[in-house]
Amino acid sequence: MPDALVGKSVPRKEGPDKVTGRARYIDDMRMPDALYGVTVRSPVARGRLRGVSFADGVPWNEIIVVSAADIPAERNHVALLTNDQPFLAATELRHAEEPVLLLAHADRHLLERARNAVRFDIEKLPALFDIDKSLAKDPVIWGEDNIFKEYNLTKGDVDAVFARADIIVVEGEYSTGAQEQLYIENNGVIAVADENSVTVWGSLQCPYYVHKALLGLFGLPADKIRVVQTETGGGFGGKEEYPSLIAGHAALLARKAGKPVKMIYDRAEDMVATTKRHPSRTKHRTAVTKDGTIVAMDIDFVIDGGAYNTLSPVVLSRGTIHAAGPYSIDNVRIRARAVATSHPPHGAFRGFGAPQSIFGLERHMNKVARAVGLTPEALRLKNFIKQGDTTATHQLIKEPVDMPSILRRALAEADYDAKRERFARENPGRSVKRGIGFASFMHGSGFTGSGEKYLASVVGATGTAEGKVRVLAASTEIGQGTNTIFTQIAAQALGLDWDDVEVAQPDTSVVPNSGPTVASRTTMVVGKLVEQAALGIKQILVQAGLLSEPYTPQQFRAAVKKYIATVGSLRSMAQYSPPDGIAWDDQSYRGDAYGTYAWAVYVATVALDTVTYEARVEDFVALQEVGRVIHPVLAAGQIEGGVAQGIGFALYENVVWREGRMANGQFTNYIVPTSVDVPAIRVFFDEVPYPHGPSGAKGIGELPMDGPAPAIVNAIEEALGAPHPALHHVPLMPEQLMDAVDDLLSARRKSA
Amino acid sequence: MKSQVRCSVNGAACSFEVPPMARLLDVLREEANLTGTKEGCGEGECGACTVIMDGRIVNSCLVPALQADGSTITTIEGIAKGNVLHAVQAAFISHGGAQCGMCTPGMVIAAVDLLTRVVNPDENQIREGLAGNICRCTGYTKIFDAVREAARLLASTP
Repeated sequence: MPDALVGKSVPRKEGPDKVTGRARYIDDMRMPDALYGVTVRSPVARGRLRGVSFADGVPWNEIIVVSAADIPAERNHVALLTNDQPFLAATELRHAEEPVLLLAHADRHLLERARNAVRFDIEKLPALFDIDKSLAKDPVIWGEDNIFKEYNLTKGDVDAVFARADIIVVEGEYSTGAQEQLYIENNGVIAVADENSVTVWGSLQCPYYVHKALLGLFGLPADKIRVVQTETGGGFGGKEEYPSLIAGHAALLARKAGKPVKMIYDRAEDMVATTKRHPSRTKHRTAVTKDGTIVAMDIDFVIDGGAYNTLSPVVLSRGTIHAAGPYSIDNVRIRARAVATSHPPHGAFRGFGAPQSIFGLERHMNKVARAVGLTPEALRLKNFIKQGDTTATHQLIKEPVDMPSILRRALAEADYDAKRERFARENPGRSVKRGIGFASFMHGSGFTGSGEKYLASVVGATGTAEGKVRVLAASTEIGQGTNTIFTQIAAQALGLDWDDVEVAQPDTSVVPNSGPTVASRTTMVVGKLVEQAALGIKQILVQAGLLSEPYTPQQFRAAVKKYIATVGSLRSMAQYSPPDGIAWDDQSYRGDAYGTYAWAVYVATVALDTVTYEARVEDFVALQEVGRVIHPVLAAGQIEGGVAQGIGFALYENVVWREGRMANGQFTNYIVPTSVDVPAIRVFFDEVPYPHGPSGAKGIGELPMDGPAPAIVNAIEEALGAPHPALHHVPLMPEQLMDAVDDLLSARRKSA
Repeated sequence: MKSQVRCSVNGAACSFEVPPMARLLDVLREEANLTGTKEGCGEGECGACTVIMDGRIVNSCLVPALQADGSTITTIEGIAKGNVLHAVQAAFISHGGAQCGMCTPGMVIAAVDLLTRVVNPDENQIREGLAGNICRCTGYTKIFDAVREAARLLASTP
């Protein structure tokens, strides 16, 4: 029997290809005869297209041109939650950079000239870039009221609590900016298409989302559309929904040209045209008793969805459910709305709404603590949720959760008490002031509510002629380690060696639909199906009389070969069904929002230079309970990477909007943390096995995005020694820090 | 108009007919079919296209092909010796230094270059040595671990 693989940091499956340059990403693929494709985009945020003309100096007869006129009107939409986003705008232009025309030619340089020679005649219309203006319907740009989606979540009687005389009311308003995923590999696809079939290879997270979108666009039978994921250089949500649009574009061009079309975005196009994290605004009104018990929370959460609905309702949903955090509060009311603006549609980005609402909550918790004269940690300890309590959605917490111990251990690892005392003593005489702050939070694993039930994901396993087991899933390796984790889970379930298991390339003509690679669901939800499908192979072999337990890997391999030689194809499938006792009501928005949660406390130590207004994270402790850790190195890598993105979200990554268009769509002026900017990121796991996850694992991917921003800004508030309105927004740039530092220092000078 | 560019790439003498202002990155990827060198930003900021040219690391997206005439270039494909991985590559695998893999070729080259210049780099030297290469996946921690491990491996092999 081989050593247990789960819990061990085995080498990642595709590691050697990635370190030698052999890994083939979409732009590394070549097809004879292929054309390049480009997109011509709206120059305005809102308008009506009156005409298109083509300037002289370009051999237009050589160029393939596709417009909305090439698509039947009833098919010109990207199939998603609602069908409001067209593949190509016909007359209504709803955001800057909206795709209007597609061009293809073999010569990239000529194509660039052609793109610049397209002239649009546009009647400009008033655009809308602001959440409040959208709520005020000034003007109405979507539906009747600019509201894509609204949720109203209630628990207890909030109004009755606020009428009480014995409570303190604490109010606060918090906001977060857009954030670019900035995967290092830009979006790209290659398409081959004719009247009868379409094949797309691409850098993407969700092959079956693209499949569904192409199905809607071309109306072909499902088996005539094939989507293949190539090695993908990062996604973080940015390749969840947008690749459907690009795949459709390349396929439209390929079909018209009768040749393969390669469409690879350059960095500038990827940054200005594709989705980003939803900007948000959260208003809190909290009722707390003098001893620090929070008795009611009234939360108003709004996100800017951009010009089309796309995934905003589900981003909003996750943000809403996480808005009240890991606390046991008897009376909660959350009003949540996703509103339309004239920005390019905002979309999936790691955390999916939760980092936005958690920033508001965890900043506000410190304000509440201050109002009742408690330390931030004492307030949390008084209000943490525990086993047997219910969340804001009335979900009963059935598994053990010990937030006090997570908090205490995280603070101890960060040397919190000693640092707090030392910084308070040292800061007054220094221009560089230090602070330590933290955030406590949770993140739901898998799709929200009934999502997993509706998805009903399927995973397959097959035996190969070499006697190996091959996992068939549409879940993609995008850097996080899917191939390796699935291998560990299947090999562990079957008692095999690491190299006895292969993972098939996600190709819709080969793999079943195991759902999208999103929502911290791949290890926990899909991994469990991998385990079941793998066990199914064993069961078939045992029933065929070819294998009996205990067996060695050699015996297993021999049995697989013999089965294939004598019986034929060896295949087992597993389909998701919800664990017993999970219930969700979409109408009342009540019930088990997630099968389970990961729990965490993150602690940041920050140095604030009051001369240069730079804030620097000097130390970062990330402690989380994520069930059983399947692969310690990959798991820590997920946390460290997420924390670095969270540091960027907090301090560096500022999307500058000009007339609804990202004005800093370059690596040069959109700043992400580099190797000299990140602190030591110290990762700790508490392992409490989750009974319904493979080997006890829960989801992990999004969690680390939630905590850094509030922890860092809480630390900055500590460094400044007082609250300031500038600290209610991220990214917190040096310009805003200057306001806070100057106001507070001059106030202190005055009082001195 | 095309110009001839002769250079040594990963030990092999090469000759390319390319437009004079073609980027070295495109020549390597499209003419030499060495697609391990990646384009991340096209403006010399991300470092995904890093190669070694005449003993120094450069962003190949910023180097006009003509400038490479007569030079000696090593790309990621030339870092391993046959099937034997370089210590940096081996350490990137064992320490989780590669996630999505897109920054990895440039990052490996930058690390190889650093360890050529500094035998036993301290933390700051590692951070500075990799500061021209942006990784969005790892938060760099595992990359630092890998570079430290590679330094140890190199020190222990004669």
